[in-house]
Amino acid sequence: MSEFLLRPYAPGTQPDNNTPTYRSTEFRHPARPLLKIPQTITELSGPQFSESHFPPTDNIAINNGKEALGERIIVEGQIRDEDGRPIPHSMVEIWQANAAGRYNHERDQHDAPLDPDFKGIGRVYTDEHGAYRFITIKPGAYPWGNHANAWRPNHIHFSLFGPGYATRLITQMYFPGDPLLPLDPIFLATADEDSRNRLVSRFDLSITKPNWALGYRFDIFLRGRQATPMEEEQKNAHHH
Amino acid sequence: MHTTTSQTIGPYWHLLEDKSWADLTRFGVEGEIITITGTIHDGAGKPLTDACVEIWQSSPPATKEFLGFGRAATDDAGKFSFKTLKPSAVPGPGNSLQAPHLAVTILARGLLFHLSTRLYFDGDPANQNDPILGLVDEARRGTLIAHETKPGVWYLDINLQGADETVFFEI
Repeated sequence: MSEFLLRPYAPGTQPDNNTPTYRSTEFRHPARPLLKIPQTITELSGPQFSESHFPPTDNIAINNGKEALGERIIVEGQIRDEDGRPIPHSMVEIWQANAAGRYNHERDQHDAPLDPDFKGIGRVYTDEHGAYRFITIKPGAYPWGNHANAWRPNHIHFSLFGPGYATRLITQMYFPGDPLLPLDPIFLATADEDSRNRLVSRFDLSITKPNWALGYRFDIFLRGRQATPMEEEQKNAHHH
Repeated sequence: MHTTTSQTIGPYWHLLEDKSWADLTRFGVEGEIITITGTIHDGAGKPLTDACVEIWQSSPPATKEFLGFGRAATDDAGKFSFKTLKPSAVPGPGNSLQAPHLAVTILARGLLFHLSTRLYFDGDPANQNDPILGLVDEARRGTLIAHETKPGVWYLDINLQGADETVFFEI
């Protein structure tokens, strides 16, 4: 368990579950305010995943020795807390559509081809410096039924855990210059423009490998510490 | 730098799904094995058929064999099910004791930020003094308390919106 409390999310930096422009939120957002509860051992501890139980799959552009169709890319980044402390040895799960904009999922009925050599699912771990890296193909855009002529921008889904249950993060990485971003109600659901824009990865020539693949950088920040243990002890002493 | 912005898990998160993750006892454990089930509905009374449910428990303490973490999909009726070890009471803020509970996270299409709640066990005497339940309006406390439908099988209805809306937490 962490010996510190986690900082509240800064106002405006997270999306509102009540976002009418994203139609699926209508009956799924709680209408009553969330109840703020103290962070206890349950919230501050969290699952630890080991490579022995859950082996990494860092190159998902190859399946059974066969290359997936599409533009091969390298995605690299660092996972830190809000104060810049690296999050080491932490599991990162990713999933995405194929190059044609189709998920390898039975409920995806988009009229675009499936690629037998692309599953669109991967798992990597951060190293001791919080750095992660995987190889995939650039996902395609795809239509969805949210509004007339609605298309999701190209994106890769990310699932992260960090040190505790309360640091859980599910997000999406977007690509620079995507004309669909200013039209996407999911991307736009977060009020703070700077926070939204940090979901857009950056093209990075230093990650790019000559004659092989373009590189993108996507850095991720998880919740930071609120107070030192000593400050916390003093506070508790004051209360009792 | 502020925490990275959350985005929905979407309707295709099942690519991540490994059905064995719903069984927290799969690596071999000793203890009281229980089944946790529930059904999730939206504010229109429709079952959530595409949700991801995750549970985390701080008791019994996680080991290499018992991760304390599980993930399950809701089915066509909005139902989910886990097999796990019954948790014990754990310390709470100050000198308080938390009644046995699981943390429950709901992630789904239409949820831009995951929902956090808890599952407690009906009839546990420690519920009365639980510091978290104590913060919940008495009229809504029941939304967090699972009932034993058969020996060792616990059931909880979860409602995202509406008259019986589950109490969700900011943590």
